[in-house]
Amino acid sequence: MARITIDPVTRIEGHLKLDVEIEGGKVKDAWTSGTLFRGFEIFLQGRDPRDAWHLVQRICGVCPTSHGHTSSMSMDEAFKLKLPNNGRLLRNIIEGAQFVHSHILWFYHLTALDYVDVVSALKAQPKEASLKAVQERLKSFVESKQLGPFANAYWGHPAYKLPPDVNLLAVAHYLQALEMQAKAAQISALFGGRMPMTMTSPPGGVTHVPTVQDMKDFFFRIKELQNWIDNVYIPDVLAVAPYYLDWAGIGKGHGNFLSWGVFEDASFDPKKRFLPRGAIFAADFPKVHEPKREDVAEHTSHSWYKDSKPLNPAVGETDPEYTGYDENKKYTWSKAPRLNGKPMEVGALSRMLVAYASGQPTAQKLINGTLAAIGHAGQPQVLLGVIGRIAARALECKMVADAMTDWGNEIVENIKKGDTEVYTPYEIPDTAQGAGLWEAPRGALGHWIDVAGKKIKNYQCVVPTTWNVCPRDDNGVRGPIEEALIGTPVVNAEKPLEVLRVVHSFDPCLACTVHIIHPESNRIMEFKVS
Amino acid sequence: MAENDDGITKKFLDAVEFRGVHRRDFLKYCGATAALLGLSELYVPKIAAAIEKASKRPPVVWINFASDSGCTEALVKATYPNAGDLILDVISLDYNETVMAAAGKQAEEILDNSKKEGGYILVVEGGITTKKGFGMIAGKEFLDIFKELAAPSVAIIAVGSCATFGGVPAASPNPAQIIGVSEALKKTGIDKSLVNLDLCPVNVEMLTSVIVNYILLGKLPELDSFGRPKIFFGQPIHDNCERRAHFDAGRFVETFGTKEEALGYCLYKVGCKGPMTYSTCPKTRYNGKINWCIGAGGPCIGCAEPGWPDKFAGFYNRLPDVKGAGLEATADKIGAAAAVVTAAGIAVHALGSAASGRMKGKDDGGEK
Repeated sequence: MARITIDPVTRIEGHLKLDVEIEGGKVKDAWTSGTLFRGFEIFLQGRDPRDAWHLVQRICGVCPTSHGHTSSMSMDEAFKLKLPNNGRLLRNIIEGAQFVHSHILWFYHLTALDYVDVVSALKAQPKEASLKAVQERLKSFVESKQLGPFANAYWGHPAYKLPPDVNLLAVAHYLQALEMQAKAAQISALFGGRMPMTMTSPPGGVTHVPTVQDMKDFFFRIKELQNWIDNVYIPDVLAVAPYYLDWAGIGKGHGNFLSWGVFEDASFDPKKRFLPRGAIFAADFPKVHEPKREDVAEHTSHSWYKDSKPLNPAVGETDPEYTGYDENKKYTWSKAPRLNGKPMEVGALSRMLVAYASGQPTAQKLINGTLAAIGHAGQPQVLLGVIGRIAARALECKMVADAMTDWGNEIVENIKKGDTEVYTPYEIPDTAQGAGLWEAPRGALGHWIDVAGKKIKNYQCVVPTTWNVCPRDDNGVRGPIEEALIGTPVVNAEKPLEVLRVVHSFDPCLACTVHIIHPESNRIMEFKVS
Repeated sequence: MAENDDGITKKFLDAVEFRGVHRRDFLKYCGATAALLGLSELYVPKIAAAIEKASKRPPVVWINFASDSGCTEALVKATYPNAGDLILDVISLDYNETVMAAAGKQAEEILDNSKKEGGYILVVEGGITTKKGFGMIAGKEFLDIFKELAAPSVAIIAVGSCATFGGVPAASPNPAQIIGVSEALKKTGIDKSLVNLDLCPVNVEMLTSVIVNYILLGKLPELDSFGRPKIFFGQPIHDNCERRAHFDAGRFVETFGTKEEALGYCLYKVGCKGPMTYSTCPKTRYNGKINWCIGAGGPCIGCAEPGWPDKFAGFYNRLPDVKGAGLEATADKIGAAAAVVTAAGIAVHALGSAASGRMKGKDDGGEK
């Protein structure tokens, strides 16, 4: 039995340590550990609630907009604000641009290097001038002997399956994708001021009425992105897939999926969101359950907190106590959230499966088309696992980019009709409670706010990566990533490339994960390192 | 740009063409860099040649501490040069956990090797936790990692407000006892050149300019008392703001999303901190210069200033509420007479300068 510790896990956001036990060339057990604490909920207390949506964007620099929007939504609910229709559409576009940038960045820059052997691309024999130029550039880069971010990786590992020509194409697209994800972020900046850290979505709507120039700049960019997604991103996924079909069954996990739903519908009904709200248990696809916020509870028996019974975030109790790394007891800062007592996978695959099972026509069309293309028509269960997570992000990226054009057209029509309303003014009530339940690119995101005396009395977040990267719960049931790792083949324990594939398929973001507070004393306990 | 007038340029362009770089893009970013550094166009070929001639791209070790990786995100969204050109042609990004291919043991080997060889520019993103157990990589405390990395470096660039002075996670009561790099240098007794690039997130064009300046002239730019390049943090946002004329004329946005906002009126009354915030944001802008906060109708929240966010808590409150300088009444009367307008402008400036410590000549570099 071999034992591997990967610390730091790279090509993710934040600080993650991973321990796996290998037996007979396969992962037998796994433990995920978050190793940074910052304490947002603590310093939010006592502040002007309107500052919260800015501050919580700093929970995550990859998906700040989702945190900002979820925070503002918690106050939209708490302050009983009706968002003007254009405010809804503009938030959808700003959020959508972040989904597009995030999925492109994840595929090409975070996970692609688990499948693409950059060194092998030097052996390609390209005919096209543009590919020759990329190869030439790569060659002079390698000859410089300064390999920068490509140094000391697992190049030549037997789990890399792509032929040199496909590897070269992927390297060329790695560079193109850097520009495309930056272009998507420019859309967030067009309406949000800048990205990361947008500036224009406070409670009540958005601050800015788009100009003709804004809309022109938007359509120009989204068109280019749509073309690129249709003609490069999705074809790349389909080109790579045949070489890795043996991965279809790997990284499955529990088969429980949660989506709070994202991209608001005119009805403001979460079940009618563009990507709807729903939960699927035990991969029982036709059945979509309605997840209720009161059915969320957080377990702490394997996290660095004093034991308590599982509690809902609204009444959450957290008494931190660092006791050192011990897999049999406590080994992470992340708590273990559960829905109806079950660990839930969150992210693009969850959203797409919920949309598919809910009968969302675009999701059905795209998923059925993809299944047919990879020779598994009518078998959505093959999407469980690593390959499904890759496919789901690509398809969702396309769906969102296409929908953004529709939302942009709606705004133009509204403005033409003289409807330029984007914001609802308000006074902060003396006391108020509310929650925002939304989706970041990485999955289900919830913020809870409690206002008293016009100040924040309490603030709680349950964020995507906490769902995915959490430890075992009070019943000893593994978290989604831990479970998904079981059975993963590892041919060389010194170079655990396959393990990284599974972890990366969840697109973990650790900055989001760790949140602790003691609601009674509002203080942080002193930590002792054993 | 007279690109063919100069022998160096011609020779350089041939070399660049050979390497498959689009020459127009390359010169564009050299030009953008020259402009940001306040250099004339004559420097463009020199910048280009300096990058090209360098026998070795300067090694950069980029370490993330208590951050949200927003500055890494800003880096990959760079436009002139874009991230690909930056990584392939300008610098050698030897360590950055978010983008590097190697993981775990192999990543640690890279870092060990960098420390052994030294001579790298250390870029720090995120503040440094000083409470034991609050921030660790590979079982090591952040402050110990910082100490090991700072010593062999040639210079340190602290990117973003967390790395400079603690930023958002160091907001009161600073639960993880996070400190910025200047404080960490004092604490560890290390003497090292440091450039503080405030803003949340860092403006990546400022970062690339500092690096190119280093490649070109072998030195760091002139710094203010907070360790920030004077060329980027020397003037209040208010002075260069595209909405400034409306401030002077007394035309203000009272409510978001109104006709006044659409007309580009001043955001001062809805909380803009531009008068007290020193940065070239109006000129540098973000995301390939496509926009910036105030351009999109979002009042400045002051993220370029040491002491942020606590210093400006109540982002949507009018500036006078911060220290109560009696400006509120004056602002309401703005527009009544030109003389009043001028007086208000001066008052705001005086307040800005005082709060930023410039009038007192404060030199502690790490206001908490």
